[in-house]
Amino acid sequence: MSYTELYSDLVNQPGALLPIFHRIQERLGYVPEAALPEIARHLNLSRAEVHGVMTFYHDFRSAPPGKTIVKICRAEACQAMGSEALVEHAEKCLGTHMHSTSEDGSVTLEPTYCLGNCALSPAVMINGDLKGRVTPARFDAMIAEVTGGAK
Amino acid sequence: MTRIFVPRDSAALSVGADHVAAAITREAAQRGATIELVRNGSRGMLWLETLVEVETPSGRVAYGPVNPEDVPGLFEANFLNGAHHALSHGLTEHIPYLAKQERLTFARVGITDPLSLSDYLAHDGYKGLSNTLTMAPADVVQQVTDSGLRGRGGAAFPTGIKWKTVLGAQAAQKYIVCNADEGDSGTFADRMIMEDDPFVLIEGMTIAGVAVGATQGYIYLRSEYPYAFDILNQAIAIAEKAHYLGENIQGSGKTFHLEVRLGAGAYICGEETALLESLEGKRGIVRFKPPIPALKGLFGLPTIVNNTISFASVPIIMDKGGEFYKNYGMGRSRGTLPFQLAGNLKQGGLVEKAFGLTLRELVEDFGGGSASGRPIRAVQVGGPLGAYVPPEQFDTPLDYESYVGISAMVGHGGIVAFDDTVDMAKMARYAMEFCAIESCGKCTPCRVGSTRGVEVVDKIIANDNRAANIELLRSLCDTMLNGSLCAMGGMAPFPVLSALNHFPEDFGINKKELAA
Repeated sequence: MSYTELYSDLVNQPGALLPIFHRIQERLGYVPEAALPEIARHLNLSRAEVHGVMTFYHDFRSAPPGKTIVKICRAEACQAMGSEALVEHAEKCLGTHMHSTSEDGSVTLEPTYCLGNCALSPAVMINGDLKGRVTPARFDAMIAEVTGGAK
Repeated sequence: MTRIFVPRDSAALSVGADHVAAAITREAAQRGATIELVRNGSRGMLWLETLVEVETPSGRVAYGPVNPEDVPGLFEANFLNGAHHALSHGLTEHIPYLAKQERLTFARVGITDPLSLSDYLAHDGYKGLSNTLTMAPADVVQQVTDSGLRGRGGAAFPTGIKWKTVLGAQAAQKYIVCNADEGDSGTFADRMIMEDDPFVLIEGMTIAGVAVGATQGYIYLRSEYPYAFDILNQAIAIAEKAHYLGENIQGSGKTFHLEVRLGAGAYICGEETALLESLEGKRGIVRFKPPIPALKGLFGLPTIVNNTISFASVPIIMDKGGEFYKNYGMGRSRGTLPFQLAGNLKQGGLVEKAFGLTLRELVEDFGGGSASGRPIRAVQVGGPLGAYVPPEQFDTPLDYESYVGISAMVGHGGIVAFDDTVDMAKMARYAMEFCAIESCGKCTPCRVGSTRGVEVVDKIIANDNRAANIELLRSLCDTMLNGSLCAMGGMAPFPVLSALNHFPEDFGINKKELAA
């Protein structure tokens, strides 16, 4: 399978590699290992360089994520309002840990370091939607809303 | 027809602004009331979000925090005429939090519809660019220099000097790069400018491009800000269509193209040379300086790299003059800074004030004390690489030099408050841990030092050879401070040492032992 058609319009941009990774991840949810050699060929880079860039950035995933992606901010402002307790709560009620996906593939839990919502902390992002003042109870309600109460 | 304002800023959305807007539309339709719903930016009084405003003959009246279930009651109380309700705060402009501010960079934020170019123009937008287009490039740079504006990203380098260097550089292509990688915890001023008044950033970058002869600009935006990404792209398209971007800007013959590029979750890309590497499609590894980016920047060509707020402060300087801006502030810190009140505060939000006010004013008067009701014990100023300031130092004026004097930094103006339940040894450990997670790995003091730092703090907490390990931690911090390639490893010791020096009891030692 070729991935080229996903990003062929970007290849001639200066500094195209990050935009290409973003495009592939936006479409597929992750950047498959198999896409790297052909990207290297298109950009005239070594496979090592492409692999190096892909693994340097926290955002890019090498495996498909769960259906719902939950990011919890662990930076200082959110810590000041109890984000560590929220992380514990989330791990328990989602049945998974930070940087992992629940066994049924429904939820991926990831840490993030600042969502820019520091006056309304703790902050969480669920499938790209920003949430503020997230108490454990509000967290449960939001998760039930996106997973249809499955969790 | 009554105009009602419901913010579209992502902080407001995070507590349900869209649901409030929908409830208002629904309720108005049911009651046959004709309203015009405007999705404005946020006023920055974030603890009042969702803050709904109603336009009345005497001004805009504020109601907040409004939840969807409050909406029928607001209609019942005749809020469409600005009538009293339990959630009413009277005229928005008279709310002390806002009335006491000096809004220059944020002059329009919360007032206008962020994507309405006509709103922008009606509120003094593009006056700065229009002046710029009639001036010689060197005179534009001189205005910026005269304003005393210093880099608002934290390093506080004089903006005019950077511009002058790029102006004087000879090259076929120059670049303008906006550092919108606002990764510091406790900061959201860049986000608010981009979401709530995107044209002011576009105008500031355009002025820079025209002034130094750069025809291409990039906004390097962190991927954690998807709303800002969307709004910036819409605003750029609107500006292009109205000939404020692209070729022959407003018939001047000048060209400036602008593009938004997304980061990918690497904190280090807020460091300007790592940012440039990332824009070039590489790993975000810090470069050696010299050469400075002003001479060899993006793709090896002369580049202005400025923070979002620095660029967004330029239009008012070019509109009202460098002198006007310079009249705010104290010492060598001129103009205003948008402080961001965050963490454990009752009234978190954005406060733009001239330099020289104190942390006590921000935390107590504006912030209203802690959200938890407990005493505030420590405030981290200037992001994860900034010092923890104890209450004894709350009266030091907030200007760049005074803060250096107490081994702290004003930085980007982020203020994160902690109450007395905070464990400062844990915060010191976190500072090292964060540095270990986010280090680019190029230099040893940062890459290895941060990991060793976590281990040493762990030993201190566990009372494993405590005195010797505290000495070791100090020595390690000294190595990182003096031996790191950039501010990441070079400043990570600030939160660590300030925690140790001001709160030794959390590390299991008392102040007397510390002095010994």
